[in-house]
Formats: sequence, structure tokens, C-alpha cells
Amino acid sequence: MEKTVNQKAWFLVLPVLVLVAFSAVIPLMTVVNYSVQDTFGNNQFFWAGLEWFKEMLRDDRMWDALGRQLLFSAIILLIQIPLGVFIALNMPKKGFWVSFCLVVMSLPLLIPWNVVGTIWQIFGRVDIGLLGYTLAALGIDYNYTSDPFAAWVTIIVMDVWHWTSLVALLAYAGLKSIPDAYYQAAKIDQASRWNVFRYIELPKMMGVLMIAVLLRFMDSFMIYTEPFVVTGGGPGSTTTMLSIDLVKMALGQFDLGPAAAFSIMYFLVILLISWVFYTVMTNLDKREG
Amino acid sequence: MAKITLDNLAHSYFPNPQSEEDFALKELNHVWADGEAYALLGASGCGKSTLLNIISGLLHPSQGRILFDDVDVTDASTADRNIAQVFQFPVVYDTMTVRDNLAFPLKNRGATPQYIAERVQQIGKMIGMEAELNKRARGLTADAKQKISLGRGMVREDVNALLFDEPLTVIDPHMKWELRTQLKSLHNQFGHTMIYVTHDQTEALTFADKVVVMFDGRVVQIGTPQELFERPEHTFVGYFIGSPGMNVIPASVDGMTANVHGATLRLSQSFDALSGKVELGVRPEFVRLTDGEGLPVKVRRVEDVGRHKIVRADLFGSEINIVTGEDESISPDMTRVAFDPAHVNVYVDDWRTEGTAA
Repeated sequence: MEKTVNQKAWFLVLPVLVLVAFSAVIPLMTVVNYSVQDTFGNNQFFWAGLEWFKEMLRDDRMWDALGRQLLFSAIILLIQIPLGVFIALNMPKKGFWVSFCLVVMSLPLLIPWNVVGTIWQIFGRVDIGLLGYTLAALGIDYNYTSDPFAAWVTIIVMDVWHWTSLVALLAYAGLKSIPDAYYQAAKIDQASRWNVFRYIELPKMMGVLMIAVLLRFMDSFMIYTEPFVVTGGGPGSTTTMLSIDLVKMALGQFDLGPAAAFSIMYFLVILLISWVFYTVMTNLDKREG
Repeated sequence: MAKITLDNLAHSYFPNPQSEEDFALKELNHVWADGEAYALLGASGCGKSTLLNIISGLLHPSQGRILFDDVDVTDASTADRNIAQVFQFPVVYDTMTVRDNLAFPLKNRGATPQYIAERVQQIGKMIGMEAELNKRARGLTADAKQKISLGRGMVREDVNALLFDEPLTVIDPHMKWELRTQLKSLHNQFGHTMIYVTHDQTEALTFADKVVVMFDGRVVQIGTPQELFERPEHTFVGYFIGSPGMNVIPASVDGMTANVHGATLRLSQSFDALSGKVELGVRPEFVRLTDGEGLPVKVRRVEDVGRHKIVRADLFGSEINIVTGEDESISPDMTRVAFDPAHVNVYVDDWRTEGTAA
């Protein structure tokens, strides 16, 4: 068969190209531009090559932030994924309470990030916060402004409060899609509750769980607003995550070159880890006996 | 293996059923004899699956009792009833291999590894999947998955009963026949009580010793395939079984004669005065086209289905079907039909009535 050749068809792709160019490619390229040049103001730029990248790679400050960031994301995933699945398993399957649970669970997701930060910042204060005051009254030494451990606990609990619902809702959607016949067959086969989870529910939830893991990883890895509002990255730099550090560097110190190199590496790390998650989980899914 | 007794059983999906209409399964008393193969036949939504799920314990009946060998199991769990059930759509454990799928019910009941290995091999052979035993169940076709479901149903030898809920719906026609034969031979070999739900009459008639026909939440007739064919107890049985189904003709009956739109015909039995909706039921196989005696008809068309011909004709404005032999010729003068009196059944309000012998 002869193919029709129509070069004008390229014009149909144009709107998308323009859109993507303005929303992603051009901004990214400006960052790339900064990352390979040095400037002393007056719009004068000097070629720096890979200097900024090398400098950032030698910089302990970035490595520390990366370490904290990885630890934070790991803890978040380890808590939120199992907890979300557990909540989904225990949510009612039908009746009035379904909508009630869904509404209650979505509430944290609807609150703007900086409001969440503010809520917890006040909630945790020892002088007026319900949580901080209660803990202090119980004789527990809790002060997120001076104790790194308390600061970490606070932002982790805050993130769990804010985002576990998302995992639970996704897992719940996955659970709801399992036909009744599976549970009935499991009863006939006398499968234990654990086996039902292990061989029916978990495999059927794999798809949505992958989405949940990716979303939660990316979001937690880029977290900025909430810890910034609650702890401002402190005490010291113990809760300074990558993005907080980046903003300090780029806007606080106006080190555009290093900050640009930093963001590009940051971007690549997220891309790499997401890719690893995706590959591992799809392979788990497809593995043949 | 067990005798299963249904005692005053009924089920409604509403919490407070008001009238009989609310019941998906109307009051039912029945004994499923030990070791017999039954087919539960009926149109979709007539309560077949409800009944099956009550027997297996997936559903708790609104009223009545279920007894296995005279032990009341109404409140017993599915596991305690030791039942195997195969569903309409394949249910396999995706992440397991075919072998593990088949072994699963045995493992859960704590069988020895050696026995499991033997039995799984045996079942694998029976369902024709020996070569695929080590494959993961996920990538298989719907056919293969359903075979696994069937295999999982058959893997336990000590079950009280084997229940099948339209298990061959998703299977290829030629495989259907083969699997049905295997189920049948399995039944002959082990003598399990089997209940096979289907809406396919061929499947029911070839599989079962006894066919239970359900209609609108009620069991309308239980009998051998031959009984269902010759003496349908309810007009629904007449319609539903047979291809084409029984002809049902409104009539009035007086003694040994029936009156159809002014024309009379003789019956083989005598009836007292009948009240209600009176109909004659006669199977197309017992209707003859003639050029002499009988009721006037107008032939609409003739379908040759291979083994015989089906004549579609018009009798006083309603359709009547006639089955004639493949070799019989049909001439344009054949404008009348005659019924074989011995095979004309009389129905009052859809239920068959028995007359007195003349």
C-alpha cells in the first residue's frame, strides 16, 4: 500500500511543541544555561563548563541534604504505604460509612501545603499548641525548635497526616475493583486472611500501589513548604531538605551557577529513582514463573 | 460426599421481605441424593446462583435449614462445609504458578507434600495442563484460567459436594465438550454429589442424571431429561427445554375433547371441568403436517437444520412449530396439523394437570 505523504501534518503537532517548549524545555534550558556559566552581575556571563557541577559534587552541604532527603523519603514511604494499605483494608465496603470515610480521608489532601505547615507549627508549640503542651504536661521533653529528633518526628508525623489518605484512597480503589468471586473462591479454598491479602488483594493492588509509591516518592523528595514553615530547616540544618537548601542557595545567596547545577542533579536523581521504582515494580508484576 | 437436604429454604436480598415478590428464592424443600449429578437449569436471574451460594455457605438464607447428611449446617462456614465450587468467570491466583494454584486448597487444609504433588499432577493431566504446571497463571488465556479454576474445584477428593456455577461460559465449544465429558467421568469415578448450574439445556441434559428446572425463584420440575421432554410440569419447562420449545395453545377442555378456536381435537385422557387459563402443550416433535385431518394452519417457512426440518406455521394467528423428518416432503396441500394425543399435555395456569385415563 502506498502511504500518503503530507508534510503539512507537522503543523498539527506544533501547538503541543509550543506548549511543551514554554512550560518545560525553555525553563529547563535557562537552568542549564546558568549551570555552565558564571556571572558577576551586569548581565555579563563567562563560560564555566562543568565547574559548578564539580564544585557541587565536592560540597558536603549538598551530600548532607541529599542524605537527609533520602532518609526522609524512605521513612515516609515505609510508613505511608503500609499504613495506607492497612487503612484501605479496614474501610467499609458499602453503605453510608463509605462516603463518610472518603470525605474525612480527603480532607487533609485539600488543605494547602503552607496551611498544613502552619497548623502543625502551632499544634506542636510547647506554649500554646495542643500537641506540644500536652506532651510537655506529660513530662515528655518535646521541642521541635531545639531538638533535631523532635523536629524530624514532627515533620514526619505531619507528612503522614497529610498524605497517607492519598495512598489509602488509591489502595481502596484497587481493592474495590476485585470481583466478589475472588473472595468467594478463597473461602471455598479455605485461604487464611493473610493468604487472601498475599495472593488476591496485594497482586490486584500492585498497579495502584505503584502509582502511590511514585507519587509519594516524588512529592516527598521535593518537599519544601511544610518543613520550611514548621522548622525553617532547623534546628541548625537538621531538617534542611534538598529543596530548602536549593532555595537558600539560589535566592538567599544568589549563587545562580551552583544552584542551577544543583537543580539539574536534583532533577536527575528524582528521574533515576522513579525509573528504578517503576522498573522494579513492573517487573515484579510481569515476572513469569 | 453427602446427601444435601434443603428444608423450607428461602432467600431474599431485602432485609425485610414483604411479599413473595421480594424473594429471589421461593420456599423450597428438596433432597439432593448422595452421589448424584444434578443440573440446575433456568434462565438468567431465576435464582440458580442464589441457591448454589446458599448451599456452599457464601450466602446465609433468610429462612429454612440446610442439612448435610442430616447434620444442620445452616450456620456453618464455607470452610466447615467442605464444598468445592467453581464460578462462572475464572478465578486464579495470578502470582502463583499453575501448580501452586492447584495445590492451594490442599495446602490450606494441611495435606502432606507428597500427596499434594501426586494429586496436582493427576489433576494437571485431567485438565490437560501438565505441560504448563510451572507457568505463572497470570499470562494464560481465559480458557486456561477457567481450566485451572475447574482443577482447583476437583483437586480435593473428600469434598461433600462439587458445585459448578456456569463454569464453561468462557470456554471454547470443542473444549467445552471435552471438559464436560471429564466432569462426567470424574463423577462416575468418585461419585461426588455434583450440582451444575447452567442456562444451556444441552449442557444440562448431557451432564446430569437429574435436571432441576428453576423459574422465577421457584423449582418447577425435577426429573430425568426424558421426563422433562415428555411431561413438562410447567409451560416454562416446555418452552425452555427443546429446540424449538413446546407449542402452547390456548384451548378449552371438556371431557376428552379440546376446543381450539372452534376446532375440536381428541385427547388421550378425560378431564373434569377446568377453571383458569387452560392451554394445550405439545412438542413440535409430536405435531404432524397433514393434508387431511386436524387444525388449519398456514405454513410460513421451513428451516432445514440438518437432522430434521422445522416448519414454522401460523395457527389461528399464533405461531406453531412442527418438526418433520429430514426426508419427509412438504407439499403445498398440507394445510392442517394433527397432534399425537398421547403427547398432548393440558396446562391450567401454567401447571400441568393430569386427567383420568379413558
